[in-house]
Amino acid sequence: MTLLNRLLKSREALLSVAGTALLGLIALRAPGFVAPGNLASVFTDTAILIILAIGQTAVILTRSIDLSVAANLALTGMAGAMLNAAHPEIPVPLLVLASAAMGMALGAVNGLLVWKVGLPSIVVTLGTLTIFRGSAFVLSGGEWVNTFQMSPAYLALPRETLLGLPMLAWLAVAVIGLAALGFARSPVGRALYAVGGNPVAAVYAGIDAGRTVFRAFCVSGLLAGLCGYLWVSRFAVAYVDIAAGFELDVIAACVIGGVSISGGVGSVAGAVLGALFLGVIKNALPVVGVSPFWQMSISGAIIIAAVLLNTRAERRKGRIILRHRATTGQEAGA
Amino acid sequence: MTMLTPNAPFSTGQNRAGQDRAGQNRSGPDRAPSPTPPMRRIPDRTDAPLTALLKSWEALLLLLAAAIFTANSFASPYFLDVWNLSDATFNFTEKAIVALALAFVILAGEIDISVAGIIALSSTLMGATAAAGQPMPVVVGVGLLTGLACGAVNGLLVTGLELPSIVATIGTMSLFRGLAYGILGDGAYTRYPEGFAYFGQGYVWEWLSFEVTVFLGLALLAGFLLHRTSLGRAVRAIGHNPTAAAFSGLKVRRIKFWLFAATGLAAGVASVMLTSRLGSTRPSIATGWELEIVTMVVLGGVAITGGVGTIPGVVLAALVMGLLTFGLGLLNVSGIIMSIVVGVMLIAVIALPVLARKLSNRMRRTTP
Repeated sequence: MTLLNRLLKSREALLSVAGTALLGLIALRAPGFVAPGNLASVFTDTAILIILAIGQTAVILTRSIDLSVAANLALTGMAGAMLNAAHPEIPVPLLVLASAAMGMALGAVNGLLVWKVGLPSIVVTLGTLTIFRGSAFVLSGGEWVNTFQMSPAYLALPRETLLGLPMLAWLAVAVIGLAALGFARSPVGRALYAVGGNPVAAVYAGIDAGRTVFRAFCVSGLLAGLCGYLWVSRFAVAYVDIAAGFELDVIAACVIGGVSISGGVGSVAGAVLGALFLGVIKNALPVVGVSPFWQMSISGAIIIAAVLLNTRAERRKGRIILRHRATTGQEAGA
Repeated sequence: MTMLTPNAPFSTGQNRAGQDRAGQNRSGPDRAPSPTPPMRRIPDRTDAPLTALLKSWEALLLLLAAAIFTANSFASPYFLDVWNLSDATFNFTEKAIVALALAFVILAGEIDISVAGIIALSSTLMGATAAAGQPMPVVVGVGLLTGLACGAVNGLLVTGLELPSIVATIGTMSLFRGLAYGILGDGAYTRYPEGFAYFGQGYVWEWLSFEVTVFLGLALLAGFLLHRTSLGRAVRAIGHNPTAAAFSGLKVRRIKFWLFAATGLAAGVASVMLTSRLGSTRPSIATGWELEIVTMVVLGGVAITGGVGTIPGVVLAALVMGLLTFGLGLLNVSGIIMSIVVGVMLIAVIALPVLARKLSNRMRRTTP
């Protein structure tokens, strides 16, 4: 296959083209939107979605799903903010690490229930979604942690700029880099693909499938914990309902980025592009004069279109040997 | 957990390449911790009917419901009042009506996350119709038809365009609720025609509300369809093995399409009732209901992987969730803490049988 051919078939390339075309269209209406400075701030605004989408990609690659990420974010964000408010003397990096560790522990709960008890991930994370968010309420008693209660250092970290970009954006870049390397080049990362592609074959190849799923949930939880801190410090307030419903945006970003819900297919680059696509739309709508109230339905339509394109592309590869009209497309779920 | 030794397929000397399912069964329940649940051993002798009934999921739920009921009546002196019990039903009937239909979708191995979005869009269009001065029957018709149309869109995406239902309905969830937001923005519809209030606030007889009557009727209908008709068996067959179902002559796509359409219609019914009960519409109406409704179905013993489940189970689960949240409400427990209880219950009720089975397997192995 020639390089051009491969490029044309790659989902990431198609998505980049679509994204660039979208930017071009927006530029016709609002040239200021595509100025480098504005694009950088769109990237910063999307950073949290990008990080969460990467964690979700790890989980979806193993044929699982993590609906609890946004609730995890709310709980760890609240815990971090309350700890900071009560003990401003604790150094901020330590708090960030604690948030990430707490997120990872919550992710591990999901992972253990899926791995050791053998429950379907969608049921487990549906349950932990309500439990985590409820725990955020119990922890805070429904109170807000406001800007003035948090230490200036706690709020300042994501805003400190380095080479023109805020730390928040750099963190996203770091996560993207680490994940791209880890998914593609490390045994643990390859195991994600192997388990999702064909769990039985993966087991015969000596991969512990259950443990791999567990690790994926830990990664997703870890990143959600990190984002808990980032979200609270970026918006400078912590309350129970932060990021409510954000888990679906995260899954949408993955799906738009070509991560297959039936496992084994997808890349970090795809998830990042999917998240950026959503981020650009979210930021561009007000600029081009579309009421932000239409944003939700537009992203819904885009999700459907993206899934449509992706499933078409996937089907052409043809894993099904015996083709039957009524059964095609159900093979993946079987 | 020890590392796996993949010697099972090689020792038989057979070439099993590409046969996923055969390999999966082969690796056995204890050896391969694969993400899919292990196959259960088929017993030599089935339990006697009474024993089976006592061991069933429904018996467990009934016990749970009775326990919550008793606890509630001890906890609050007002609980056993017949009007209070009637009020308690408003808590869950709308969700339960959708759950009845969604149970069929999940039984067929699919899922519909968009139900709450459908409720929002349907309610918004009803509000717009009412605002345009249309009479009550037209408003209700618009609500029901919107539900049916949204369900048909889901059905087409899943069966016609062959999208995985979880992703397709996550998309339509945003789409439907997004349309509601687009139409209504931050406004609200609060004027509904005369007589519209009956659907959510009326009583058929004394304390028997219209909502409960409809729910009971639909529950009987759903139970009959699932347990006494060939359609019900077809739905289970599709959920167990869609390929085998298709090869045995079932019209898998057509059945699935109508299941999605019916779920949309049920969401339309729920929307009429909810809108009538609240007397107003905002685009955020019924936010988060999709998760509660799915919880209801799963708690009712319907396997999320399809094929297994009963309507009595779903009805009992609705009762358990309704009684629990209402009882906690009487005790002044806030809604979000109730959601923790529901979340814990969802995981615990599903995990406990699995853990019990694992434990009994382990004990059987250590004492031969």
